[in-house]
Amino acid sequence: MSVDADTVRRIGHLARIRISDDEVAAYEGELNAILGFVEQLSEVDVSGVEPMTSVTPMVLRRRADGVTDGGYPEKVVANAPLSEDNFFMVPKVVE
Amino acid sequence: MSIVDTRTPNPKYFIAGATGDWEMVIGMEVHAQVTSEAKLFSGSSTEFGRPPNSNVSFVDAAMPGMLPVINDECVRQAVRTGLGLKAKINKRSVFDRKNYFYPDLPQGYQISQYKDPIVGEGKVLLDLGEDGEVEIGIERLHLEQDAGKSIHDQHPNMSFVDLNRSGVALMEIVSKPDLRSSDEAKAYLSKLRTILRYLGTCDGNMEQGSMRADINVSVRRPGGEFGTRCEIKNVNSVRFAGQAIEYEARRQIDILEDGGVIDQETRLFDPKSGQTRSMRSKEEAHDYRYFPDPDLLPLEFDDAFIDELAAHLPELPDEKSARFIESYGISHYDASVLVADRDSADFFESVAKGRDGKLAANWVINELFGRLNKDGTAVTDSPVSADQLGGIVDLISKGEISGKIAKDLFEIVWSEGGDPAKLVEERGMKQVSDTGAIEKIVDEIIAGNPDQVEKVKDKPGLLGWFVGQVMKQTGGKANPQAVNEILKAKLGLE
Repeated sequence: MSVDADTVRRIGHLARIRISDDEVAAYEGELNAILGFVEQLSEVDVSGVEPMTSVTPMVLRRRADGVTDGGYPEKVVANAPLSEDNFFMVPKVVE
Repeated sequence: MSIVDTRTPNPKYFIAGATGDWEMVIGMEVHAQVTSEAKLFSGSSTEFGRPPNSNVSFVDAAMPGMLPVINDECVRQAVRTGLGLKAKINKRSVFDRKNYFYPDLPQGYQISQYKDPIVGEGKVLLDLGEDGEVEIGIERLHLEQDAGKSIHDQHPNMSFVDLNRSGVALMEIVSKPDLRSSDEAKAYLSKLRTILRYLGTCDGNMEQGSMRADINVSVRRPGGEFGTRCEIKNVNSVRFAGQAIEYEARRQIDILEDGGVIDQETRLFDPKSGQTRSMRSKEEAHDYRYFPDPDLLPLEFDDAFIDELAAHLPELPDEKSARFIESYGISHYDASVLVADRDSADFFESVAKGRDGKLAANWVINELFGRLNKDGTAVTDSPVSADQLGGIVDLISKGEISGKIAKDLFEIVWSEGGDPAKLVEERGMKQVSDTGAIEKIVDEIIAGNPDQVEKVKDKPGLLGWFVGQVMKQTGGKANPQAVNEILKAKLGLE
């Protein structure tokens, strides 16, 4: 598996990272190097091995259904660049 | 995934085009808000209509370092729903991240289930009246987070974001592409809503957005290859679903008949114009880059967990309908009307218990529901209680009042209240079955109308006029059957 220049641009766009044209080649090399490194894992034969989801034998803990949080709108919007009446304000997005 | 066509084309649903008949193929993804106190992965409230961002915890706002902990009740509700859809329950399911950017999605991803949903294949039975019963396949049901809400009309160049809904648990219920007409699609939505309401797993309130449908529509030659589909997003009423499907099918047929091709795209339905329109295409919008959420272990439970939930499941509409037909001898149609709403079914059952089921169904459906609909009153707020209506039914069954008087009595109970038996007694509404009294009146009428008596011998239809006279004299209280018999005897008919 390897990435080309177009894939680099696409990944950048999906992640909303601006990548200028002269940066593309560098990213392409770096990403391919990382993928090549990870690729080595495929040399191991894992047929018949259960995928591991946790390093210790744990099950997903579940919470009782009760309201224990919330009720602090001013804290929620405290870091927002812009807010009004405890709404976040963002540049207009309309479908 | 290969799609299996389970349906036989029904010419009744074909759409005539310039070049021949067409058939619709419809599948639905219904988002149903799980009924729970708290959100899917946080302890903040799900209550509707609260001030902006007041039902928001730091988890819902995706503050750094916050971790999701799943709500046990949401898991139970999903399993209950799966059981109600006669579906396969997956004892192990996995939460994935669905990645996209939007201002109402603070995490930058929605926690959803992709490859391993909590519920697998199931079915919903649709009762299509004279067309019989149709089984609609359910592909899957999975749990996921709802997004927040953007408001665009508060400011000229800014959108306002409220995260109260962000993180509320949704069940996405995906049907197979088994629906073949807008009527079937509407019946499916209604039935699904009824099932969810019976189960108590979603309030089914489409106006408040607790239930919304994404509708996939394509057209094809009857029984032919499936065509390219378009997805109509976020339809929030059963009626709009029907309109959107009709418009969209016609639009696609027109394109195909002009030699065009259908672009697979997402569309929006505009209730004002009754049309669907293309959403501004977001290129790569569908590259969600799903991967298992590293913050959450797989969700696992055992058979005992499922069995316990199954044991406490309420009676569902299909079973209730079958039981009503069996125990109360009512028609299939009446049963389907009664079970469509659990409160209506319960009301009927209180009236029918120990009484004539058919008569009870008739009074509940025609008189009570008719009157409730006219007033826009819910059955739970009915001014006539089940006991009172049962009392009226008793009086009819015992022959103490006629059907006509019963309607007057119903009006009195509706507007004034009171015990029907007492009212009949107090207001002298009792039916006169005393033949002596009726005979006396009949004799008077015969004596007073010799012309009519002469005519009725040739025109037996005139009997009705005599019946009318007797009823007039008795204020409608004479037993109609007794009146008929006495009149026929005295007039020498038959």
